[in-house]
Amino acid sequence: MNPTRPDAPQGTPVGRRIVLGMLGLGAAGVAAAPLLQRGVEALARQDPTGLTDALPAGGAFRYYSVTASVPPKNARTYRLRVDGLVDRPSTYTLADLRTEPQTRLVRDVQCVTGWRVPETPFEGVRLSRLLDAAGVRPEARAVRFTCFDGAYSESLTLEQARRDDVLVALRMQDEPVSHEHGGPVRLYVAPMYFYKSAKWLSGITVTDAVRPGYWEERGYDVDAWVGRSNGREDAPTV
Amino acid sequence: MTSTPGSAVPTAAKMPRPSEQAVRTRRFSPAERWAHGATAALMLLCIASAACLYVPVLAQAVGRRALVVTVHEWTGLLLPVPLLAGLASRALRADLRRLDRFGPHDRHWLRAELRRERGPRPQGKFNAGQKLYAAWIAGAVLVMLGTGLLMWFTGLAPLAVRTGATFVHDWLALAVGIVVAGHIWMALRMWTHRKALRALRHPDGEPASGGMNRP
Repeated sequence: MNPTRPDAPQGTPVGRRIVLGMLGLGAAGVAAAPLLQRGVEALARQDPTGLTDALPAGGAFRYYSVTASVPPKNARTYRLRVDGLVDRPSTYTLADLRTEPQTRLVRDVQCVTGWRVPETPFEGVRLSRLLDAAGVRPEARAVRFTCFDGAYSESLTLEQARRDDVLVALRMQDEPVSHEHGGPVRLYVAPMYFYKSAKWLSGITVTDAVRPGYWEERGYDVDAWVGRSNGREDAPTV
Repeated sequence: MTSTPGSAVPTAAKMPRPSEQAVRTRRFSPAERWAHGATAALMLLCIASAACLYVPVLAQAVGRRALVVTVHEWTGLLLPVPLLAGLASRALRADLRRLDRFGPHDRHWLRAELRRERGPRPQGKFNAGQKLYAAWIAGAVLVMLGTGLLMWFTGLAPLAVRTGATFVHDWLALAVGIVVAGHIWMALRMWTHRKALRALRHPDGEPASGGMNRP
Protein backbone atom coordinates (compact mmCIF):
# COMPACT_ATOMS: atom_id res chain seq x y z
CA MET A 1 0.00 0.00 0.00
CA ASN A 2 1.07 3.53 -0.72
CA PRO A 3 2.83 4.89 2.40
CA THR A 4 1.35 8.37 1.89
CA ARG A 5 -2.21 7.24 1.35
CA PRO A 6 -3.80 10.54 0.33
CA ASP A 7 -7.05 10.16 2.24
CA ALA A 8 -5.66 8.83 5.48
CA PRO A 9 -7.71 10.16 8.41
CA GLN A 10 -4.58 11.36 10.16
CA GLY A 11 -2.60 14.36 8.94
CA THR A 12 -2.39 17.94 10.06
CA PRO A 13 -5.77 19.67 10.56
CA VAL A 14 -4.75 22.60 8.36
CA GLY A 15 -8.34 23.36 7.37
CA ARG A 16 -9.41 23.94 10.96
CA ARG A 17 -6.39 26.19 11.53
CA ILE A 18 -7.24 28.29 8.48
CA VAL A 19 -10.85 28.75 9.66
CA LEU A 20 -9.67 29.80 13.14
CA GLY A 21 -6.98 31.99 11.58
CA MET A 22 -9.60 33.80 9.49
CA LEU A 23 -11.68 34.44 12.63
CA GLY A 24 -8.60 35.82 14.38
CA LEU A 25 -7.71 38.01 11.41
CA GLY A 26 -11.30 39.27 11.25
CA ALA A 27 -11.25 40.28 14.91
CA ALA A 28 -7.83 41.89 14.49
CA GLY A 29 -9.13 43.77 11.43
CA VAL A 30 -12.08 45.14 13.41
CA ALA A 31 -9.69 46.33 16.14
CA ALA A 32 -7.12 47.81 13.74
CA ALA A 33 -9.71 49.35 11.39
CA PRO A 34 -9.19 53.03 12.36
CA LEU A 35 -5.47 52.76 11.64
CA LEU A 36 -5.97 50.83 8.39
CA GLN A 37 -8.74 53.19 7.30
CA ARG A 38 -6.44 56.22 7.67
CA GLY A 39 -3.83 54.41 5.61
CA VAL A 40 -6.32 53.65 2.83
CA GLU A 41 -7.56 57.24 2.79
CA ALA A 42 -4.00 58.60 2.64
CA LEU A 43 -3.31 56.31 -0.31
CA ALA A 44 -6.54 57.32 -2.05
CA ARG A 45 -5.62 61.01 -1.77
CA GLN A 46 -2.37 60.40 -3.62
CA ASP A 47 -4.02 58.39 -6.37
CA PRO A 48 -4.10 60.29 -9.65
CA THR A 49 -5.85 57.46 -11.53
CA GLY A 50 -9.08 57.59 -9.55
CA LEU A 51 -9.01 53.79 -9.34
CA THR A 52 -9.30 53.91 -5.55
CA ASP A 53 -12.79 55.40 -5.88
CA ALA A 54 -13.94 51.93 -6.82
CA LEU A 55 -12.53 50.49 -3.59
CA PRO A 56 -14.42 50.46 -0.31
CA ALA A 57 -14.53 53.80 1.56
CA GLY A 58 -12.96 55.91 -1.18
CA GLY A 59 -14.28 59.10 0.47
CA ALA A 60 -16.93 59.74 -2.18
CA PHE A 61 -20.70 59.90 -2.30
CA ARG A 62 -22.62 56.67 -2.64
CA TYR A 63 -25.89 56.55 -4.53
CA TYR A 64 -28.91 55.35 -2.61
CA SER A 65 -32.42 55.22 -3.97
CA VAL A 66 -35.39 53.47 -2.43
CA THR A 67 -37.33 53.03 -5.67
CA ALA A 68 -36.69 51.19 -8.93
CA SER A 69 -36.19 54.31 -11.01
CA VAL A 70 -36.78 58.02 -10.74
CA PRO A 71 -38.10 60.07 -13.67
CA PRO A 72 -35.70 62.97 -14.39
CA LYS A 73 -37.12 66.48 -14.07
CA ASN A 74 -35.72 69.62 -15.63
CA ALA A 75 -36.34 73.38 -15.50
CA ARG A 76 -39.46 72.94 -17.64
CA THR A 77 -41.08 70.05 -15.77
CA TYR A 78 -39.96 70.64 -12.18
CA ARG A 79 -42.45 72.00 -9.62
CA LEU A 80 -42.16 72.47 -5.86
CA ARG A 81 -45.48 72.66 -4.00
CA VAL A 82 -45.73 74.37 -0.58
CA ASP A 83 -49.03 73.65 1.19
CA GLY A 84 -50.66 72.33 4.38
CA LEU A 85 -51.25 74.62 7.35
CA VAL A 86 -50.30 77.80 5.51
CA ASP A 87 -52.21 80.91 4.51
CA ARG A 88 -50.88 81.05 0.94
CA PRO A 89 -50.20 77.65 -0.67
CA SER A 90 -47.95 78.09 -3.68
CA THR A 91 -46.02 76.29 -6.42
CA TYR A 92 -42.47 77.19 -7.40
CA THR A 93 -40.73 76.48 -10.69
CA LEU A 94 -36.96 76.09 -10.84
CA ALA A 95 -36.74 79.65 -12.22
CA ASP A 96 -38.81 80.95 -9.28
CA LEU A 97 -36.43 79.31 -6.82
CA ARG A 98 -33.41 80.76 -8.62
CA THR A 99 -34.70 84.32 -8.20
CA GLU A 100 -34.84 83.89 -4.40
CA PRO A 101 -31.74 84.89 -2.39
CA GLN A 102 -29.25 81.99 -2.37
CA THR A 103 -27.28 80.81 0.67
CA ARG A 104 -24.06 78.79 0.32
CA LEU A 105 -22.96 76.41 3.11
CA VAL A 106 -19.81 74.28 3.20
CA ARG A 107 -20.03 71.44 5.71
CA ASP A 108 -19.11 67.76 5.92
CA VAL A 109 -21.73 65.30 4.74
CA GLN A 110 -22.17 62.38 7.15
CA CYS A 111 -24.14 59.29 6.18
CA VAL A 112 -25.67 57.16 8.90
CA THR A 113 -23.99 54.11 7.28
CA GLY A 114 -20.61 55.59 8.13
CA TRP A 115 -19.21 57.35 5.08
CA ARG A 116 -18.36 61.03 5.29
CA VAL A 117 -17.54 63.46 2.52
CA PRO A 118 -15.59 66.47 3.81
CA GLU A 119 -16.35 70.11 3.01
CA THR A 120 -19.16 69.79 0.51
CA PRO A 121 -20.71 73.07 -0.72
CA PHE A 122 -24.51 73.28 -0.96
CA GLU A 123 -26.33 76.33 -2.25
CA GLY A 124 -30.01 77.19 -2.33
CA VAL A 125 -32.95 78.96 -0.72
CA ARG A 126 -33.36 78.89 3.05
CA LEU A 127 -36.40 76.77 3.88
CA SER A 128 -37.46 79.36 6.47
CA ARG A 129 -37.82 81.88 3.65
CA LEU A 130 -40.28 79.69 1.73
CA LEU A 131 -42.21 78.99 4.95
CA ASP A 132 -42.47 82.69 5.77
CA ALA A 133 -43.62 83.47 2.24
CA ALA A 134 -46.40 80.89 2.59
CA GLY A 135 -47.50 82.18 6.00
CA VAL A 136 -47.35 79.35 8.55
CA ARG A 137 -50.49 79.12 10.70
CA PRO A 138 -50.21 79.21 14.52
CA GLU A 139 -51.33 75.57 15.01
CA ALA A 140 -48.51 74.24 12.80
CA ARG A 141 -45.80 72.16 14.52
CA ALA A 142 -43.90 70.32 11.80
CA VAL A 143 -43.00 70.12 8.11
CA ARG A 144 -43.31 67.06 5.90
CA PHE A 145 -41.29 66.66 2.71
CA THR A 146 -42.31 64.49 -0.22
CA CYS A 147 -40.32 63.53 -3.28
CA PHE A 148 -41.04 62.90 -6.94
CA ASP A 149 -39.45 59.45 -6.75
CA GLY A 150 -42.91 58.56 -5.44
CA ALA A 151 -41.79 56.89 -2.22
CA TYR A 152 -39.38 58.91 -0.13
CA SER A 153 -40.53 61.28 2.57
CA GLU A 154 -38.93 63.18 5.41
CA SER A 155 -40.00 65.48 8.20
CA LEU A 156 -38.67 68.12 10.57
CA THR A 157 -40.17 69.96 13.50
CA LEU A 158 -41.04 73.56 12.65
CA GLU A 159 -38.21 74.71 14.88
CA GLN A 160 -35.69 72.49 13.04
CA ALA A 161 -37.07 73.54 9.65
CA ARG A 162 -36.52 77.23 10.47
CA ARG A 163 -32.80 76.81 11.19
CA ASP A 164 -30.41 78.87 9.07
CA ASP A 165 -28.60 75.74 7.88
CA VAL A 166 -31.62 74.03 6.32
CA LEU A 167 -31.81 74.72 2.59
CA VAL A 168 -33.88 73.88 -0.43
CA ALA A 169 -30.72 73.19 -2.40
CA LEU A 170 -30.29 73.94 -6.11
CA ARG A 171 -26.52 73.49 -6.24
CA MET A 172 -24.18 70.91 -4.75
CA GLN A 173 -20.40 70.86 -5.09
CA ASP A 174 -20.79 74.21 -6.93
CA GLU A 175 -22.78 72.66 -9.76
CA PRO A 176 -26.51 72.27 -10.31
CA VAL A 177 -27.68 69.24 -8.27
CA SER A 178 -27.49 66.32 -10.70
CA HIS A 179 -30.30 63.80 -11.07
CA GLU A 180 -28.21 61.13 -9.31
CA HIS A 181 -27.78 63.42 -6.31
CA GLY A 182 -31.48 64.27 -6.14
CA GLY A 183 -31.67 67.15 -8.61
CA PRO A 184 -32.84 69.50 -9.79
CA VAL A 185 -33.85 70.33 -6.19
CA ARG A 186 -33.13 68.49 -2.97
CA LEU A 187 -33.41 69.24 0.70
CA TYR A 188 -30.21 69.95 2.65
CA VAL A 189 -30.30 69.61 6.45
CA ALA A 190 -26.71 70.40 7.43
CA PRO A 191 -26.69 69.34 11.10
CA MET A 192 -28.35 65.95 10.54
CA TYR A 193 -27.48 62.60 8.99
CA PHE A 194 -27.77 62.71 5.24
CA TYR A 195 -30.97 60.66 4.98
CA LYS A 196 -32.76 63.79 6.25
CA SER A 197 -31.57 65.65 3.12
CA ALA A 198 -34.28 64.20 0.90
CA LYS A 199 -33.50 63.94 -2.81
CA TRP A 200 -35.88 64.91 -5.63
CA LEU A 201 -37.86 67.28 -3.38
CA SER A 202 -41.32 68.03 -4.77
CA GLY A 203 -43.54 68.83 -1.82
CA ILE A 204 -43.33 70.82 1.43
CA THR A 205 -46.41 70.34 3.63
CA VAL A 206 -46.81 72.13 6.95
CA THR A 207 -48.47 69.78 9.46
CA ASP A 208 -49.65 69.74 13.08
CA ALA A 209 -47.31 66.89 14.10
CA VAL A 210 -44.12 65.16 12.95
CA ARG A 211 -44.83 62.19 10.66
CA PRO A 212 -41.94 59.73 10.47
CA GLY A 213 -40.31 59.55 7.02
CA TYR A 214 -39.36 56.60 4.84
CA TRP A 215 -36.28 55.35 6.70
CA GLU A 216 -37.72 56.45 10.04
CA GLU A 217 -40.58 53.99 9.61
CA ARG A 218 -37.79 51.45 9.14
CA GLY A 219 -36.04 52.20 12.42
CA TYR A 220 -33.99 55.35 11.90
CA ASP A 221 -34.22 58.25 14.35
CA VAL A 222 -36.54 61.14 13.46
CA ASP A 223 -34.29 63.67 15.21
CA ALA A 224 -31.15 62.75 13.31
CA TRP A 225 -28.50 65.10 14.74
CA VAL A 226 -25.05 63.98 13.57
CA GLY A 227 -23.24 62.44 16.54
CA ARG A 228 -26.29 62.46 18.83
CA SER A 229 -28.68 59.95 17.23
CA ASN A 230 -28.96 56.51 15.66
CA GLY A 231 -26.54 55.20 18.30
CA ARG A 232 -23.63 56.92 16.56
CA GLU A 233 -20.96 59.24 17.91
CA ASP A 234 -19.65 60.90 14.73
CA ALA A 235 -18.14 64.37 14.96
CA PRO A 236 -20.98 66.90 14.39
CA THR A 237 -21.12 68.40 10.89
CA VAL A 238 -22.16 71.83 12.19
CA MET B 1 -12.48 -0.61 -42.80
CA THR B 2 -15.54 -2.32 -44.16
CA SER B 3 -18.89 -1.58 -42.76
CA THR B 4 -21.39 -4.29 -41.95
CA PRO B 5 -24.94 -3.57 -42.91
CA GLY B 6 -27.48 -3.72 -40.07
CA SER B 7 -30.41 -6.08 -40.08
CA ALA B 8 -33.64 -4.69 -41.38
CA VAL B 9 -35.68 -6.64 -38.82
CA PRO B 10 -35.40 -6.87 -35.01
CA THR B 11 -32.75 -9.38 -33.88
CA ALA B 12 -32.13 -11.05 -30.55
CA ALA B 13 -28.70 -9.40 -30.24
CA LYS B 14 -28.53 -7.01 -27.31
CA MET B 15 -26.64 -3.79 -27.42
CA PRO B 16 -24.25 -3.84 -24.44
CA ARG B 17 -24.48 -0.80 -22.18
CA PRO B 18 -21.58 1.55 -22.73
CA SER B 19 -18.86 0.77 -20.20
CA GLU B 20 -18.78 4.43 -19.29
CA GLN B 21 -22.19 4.31 -17.68
CA ALA B 22 -21.51 1.07 -15.84
CA VAL B 23 -18.35 2.19 -14.04
CA ARG B 24 -19.33 5.79 -13.49
CA THR B 25 -19.86 6.51 -9.81
CA ARG B 26 -21.09 9.71 -8.27
CA ARG B 27 -18.35 11.74 -6.61
CA PHE B 28 -20.76 13.23 -4.08
CA SER B 29 -23.84 11.93 -2.29
CA PRO B 30 -27.25 13.56 -2.88
CA ALA B 31 -27.04 15.25 0.54
CA GLU B 32 -23.70 16.81 -0.39
CA ARG B 33 -24.94 17.96 -3.77
CA TRP B 34 -28.01 19.47 -2.14
CA ALA B 35 -25.91 21.30 0.45
CA HIS B 36 -23.56 22.61 -2.23
CA GLY B 37 -26.41 23.73 -4.49
CA ALA B 38 -28.22 25.56 -1.69
CA THR B 39 -25.01 27.22 -0.50
CA ALA B 40 -24.15 28.26 -4.06
CA ALA B 41 -27.60 29.78 -4.62
CA LEU B 42 -27.47 31.72 -1.34
CA MET B 43 -23.90 32.86 -2.02
CA LEU B 44 -24.76 34.12 -5.52
CA LEU B 45 -27.84 35.99 -4.26
CA CYS B 46 -25.82 37.44 -1.39
CA ILE B 47 -23.05 38.62 -3.73
CA ALA B 48 -25.50 39.97 -6.32
CA SER B 49 -27.43 41.95 -3.70
CA ALA B 50 -24.15 43.21 -2.22
CA ALA B 51 -23.09 44.44 -5.65
CA CYS B 52 -26.44 46.24 -6.04
CA LEU B 53 -25.87 47.97 -2.70
CA TYR B 54 -22.26 48.85 -3.34
CA VAL B 55 -21.46 49.41 -7.02
CA PRO B 56 -22.85 52.84 -7.94
CA VAL B 57 -23.85 51.86 -11.50
CA LEU B 58 -25.79 48.81 -10.26
CA ALA B 59 -27.25 50.72 -7.31
CA GLN B 60 -28.60 53.31 -9.74
CA ALA B 61 -29.97 50.72 -12.15
CA VAL B 62 -31.66 48.61 -9.48
CA GLY B 63 -32.69 51.07 -6.74
CA ARG B 64 -35.28 49.43 -4.40
CA ARG B 65 -32.84 49.77 -1.55
CA ALA B 66 -35.02 48.42 1.27
CA LEU B 67 -35.74 45.20 -0.69
CA VAL B 68 -32.11 44.66 -1.70
CA VAL B 69 -30.97 45.18 1.90
CA THR B 70 -33.47 42.56 3.09
CA VAL B 71 -32.33 40.04 0.46
CA HIS B 72 -28.69 40.62 1.39
CA GLU B 73 -29.27 40.29 5.14
CA TRP B 74 -31.30 37.08 4.91
CA THR B 75 -29.20 35.27 2.30
CA GLY B 76 -26.14 36.14 4.39
CA LEU B 77 -27.72 34.90 7.58
CA LEU B 78 -28.87 31.64 5.95
CA LEU B 79 -25.57 30.99 4.16
CA PRO B 80 -24.14 28.52 6.74
CA VAL B 81 -27.46 26.66 7.16
CA PRO B 82 -27.17 24.13 4.27
CA LEU B 83 -23.75 22.98 5.44
CA LEU B 84 -24.91 22.72 9.05
CA ALA B 85 -27.97 20.73 7.95
CA GLY B 86 -25.72 18.56 5.77
CA LEU B 87 -23.71 17.53 8.83
CA ALA B 88 -26.44 14.93 9.36
CA SER B 89 -24.99 13.11 6.33
CA ARG B 90 -22.18 10.66 7.02
CA ALA B 91 -20.72 11.20 3.53
CA LEU B 92 -20.56 14.96 4.05
CA ARG B 93 -18.86 14.56 7.43
CA ALA B 94 -16.31 12.21 5.86
CA ASP B 95 -15.58 14.73 3.10
CA LEU B 96 -15.20 17.53 5.66
CA ARG B 97 -12.59 15.38 7.40
CA ARG B 98 -10.79 14.84 4.08
CA LEU B 99 -10.83 18.59 3.43
CA ASP B 100 -9.51 19.36 6.90
CA ARG B 101 -6.49 17.04 6.97
CA PHE B 102 -3.31 17.88 5.09
CA GLY B 103 -0.70 15.20 4.41
CA PRO B 104 2.80 15.40 2.92
CA HIS B 105 1.32 14.88 -0.56
CA ASP B 106 -0.66 18.14 -0.18
CA ARG B 107 2.50 20.13 0.44
CA HIS B 108 4.00 18.47 -2.63
CA TRP B 109 0.89 19.28 -4.65
CA LEU B 110 0.98 22.96 -3.63
CA ARG B 111 4.70 23.27 -4.32
CA ALA B 112 4.30 21.69 -7.73
CA GLU B 113 1.33 23.94 -8.51
CA LEU B 114 3.07 27.14 -7.43
CA ARG B 115 6.22 26.29 -9.42
CA ARG B 116 4.13 25.04 -12.33
CA GLU B 117 6.08 21.77 -12.33
CA ARG B 118 5.04 18.96 -14.61
CA GLY B 119 4.69 15.40 -13.49
CA PRO B 120 2.41 13.39 -11.25
CA ARG B 121 0.77 15.13 -8.33
CA PRO B 122 -0.66 12.71 -5.83
CA GLN B 123 -3.91 13.76 -4.24
CA GLY B 124 -6.84 12.21 -2.46
CA LYS B 125 -10.43 13.00 -3.25
CA PHE B 126 -9.57 16.69 -2.99
CA ASN B 127 -6.38 18.43 -4.05
CA ALA B 128 -4.63 20.85 -1.72
CA GLY B 129 -6.00 23.86 -3.60
CA GLN B 130 -9.57 22.71 -3.07
CA LYS B 131 -8.82 22.12 0.61
CA LEU B 132 -7.40 25.63 1.00
CA TYR B 133 -10.40 27.15 -0.76
CA ALA B 134 -12.88 25.26 1.41
CA ALA B 135 -11.20 26.33 4.65
CA TRP B 136 -10.71 29.95 3.56
CA ILE B 137 -14.26 30.47 2.36
CA ALA B 138 -15.66 28.84 5.53
CA GLY B 139 -13.64 31.23 7.69
CA ALA B 140 -14.49 34.20 5.48
CA VAL B 141 -18.24 33.45 5.63
CA LEU B 142 -18.06 33.32 9.44
CA VAL B 143 -16.23 36.66 9.59
CA MET B 144 -18.74 38.21 7.12
CA LEU B 145 -21.59 36.83 9.23
CA GLY B 146 -20.16 38.24 12.46
CA THR B 147 -19.34 41.69 11.06
CA GLY B 148 -22.64 41.71 9.16
CA LEU B 149 -24.63 41.05 12.33
CA LEU B 150 -22.80 43.90 14.08
CA MET B 151 -23.83 46.22 11.23
CA TRP B 152 -27.40 44.89 11.12
CA PHE B 153 -28.17 45.07 14.84
CA THR B 154 -26.69 48.41 15.76
CA GLY B 155 -27.42 47.92 19.47
CA LEU B 156 -24.99 45.00 19.75
CA ALA B 157 -21.74 46.91 20.00
CA PRO B 158 -20.37 50.44 20.46
CA LEU B 159 -19.72 52.61 17.43
CA ALA B 160 -15.95 51.99 17.26
CA VAL B 161 -16.58 48.26 16.90
CA ARG B 162 -19.29 48.85 14.27
CA THR B 163 -17.01 51.09 12.21
CA GLY B 164 -14.34 48.39 12.41
CA ALA B 165 -16.86 45.75 11.42
CA THR B 166 -17.92 47.83 8.41
CA PHE B 167 -14.30 48.18 7.34
CA VAL B 168 -13.62 44.44 7.57
CA HIS B 169 -16.97 43.59 5.91
CA ASP B 170 -16.25 45.91 2.95
CA TRP B 171 -12.74 44.69 2.25
CA LEU B 172 -13.38 41.02 2.89
CA ALA B 173 -16.41 41.30 0.57
CA LEU B 174 -14.06 42.34 -2.21
CA ALA B 175 -11.79 39.36 -1.48
CA VAL B 176 -14.71 36.91 -1.27
CA GLY B 177 -16.04 38.18 -4.61
CA ILE B 178 -12.69 37.57 -6.29
CA VAL B 179 -12.12 34.18 -4.67
CA VAL B 180 -15.63 32.88 -5.45
CA ALA B 181 -15.26 34.06 -9.06
CA GLY B 182 -12.00 32.08 -9.17
CA HIS B 183 -13.75 29.02 -7.72
CA ILE B 184 -16.46 29.16 -10.40
CA TRP B 185 -13.90 29.74 -13.15
CA MET B 186 -11.84 26.71 -12.09
CA ALA B 187 -14.94 24.55 -11.76
CA LEU B 188 -16.02 25.48 -15.28
CA ARG B 189 -12.52 24.76 -16.61
CA MET B 190 -12.49 21.38 -14.85
CA TRP B 191 -15.93 20.62 -16.20
CA THR B 192 -14.97 21.30 -19.84
CA HIS B 193 -11.73 19.31 -19.37
CA ARG B 194 -13.66 16.33 -18.02
CA LYS B 195 -16.17 16.50 -20.82
CA ALA B 196 -13.41 16.62 -23.43
CA LEU B 197 -11.57 13.75 -21.74
CA ARG B 198 -14.70 11.61 -21.63
CA ALA B 199 -15.39 12.32 -25.28
CA LEU B 200 -11.84 11.16 -26.15
CA ARG B 201 -12.03 7.98 -24.12
CA HIS B 202 -15.58 7.06 -24.96
CA PRO B 203 -16.40 8.25 -28.42
CA ASP B 204 -19.88 6.69 -28.02
CA GLY B 205 -19.44 4.78 -31.28
CA GLU B 206 -19.59 7.87 -33.43
CA PRO B 207 -18.41 6.94 -36.91
CA ALA B 208 -16.39 10.15 -37.16
CA SER B 209 -13.93 9.01 -34.49
CA GLY B 210 -12.98 5.98 -36.55
CA GLY B 211 -12.70 8.02 -39.68
CA MET B 212 -10.38 10.58 -38.09
CA ASN B 213 -7.39 8.22 -38.19
CA ARG B 214 -7.85 7.33 -41.82
CA PRO B 215 -5.12 8.64 -44.08
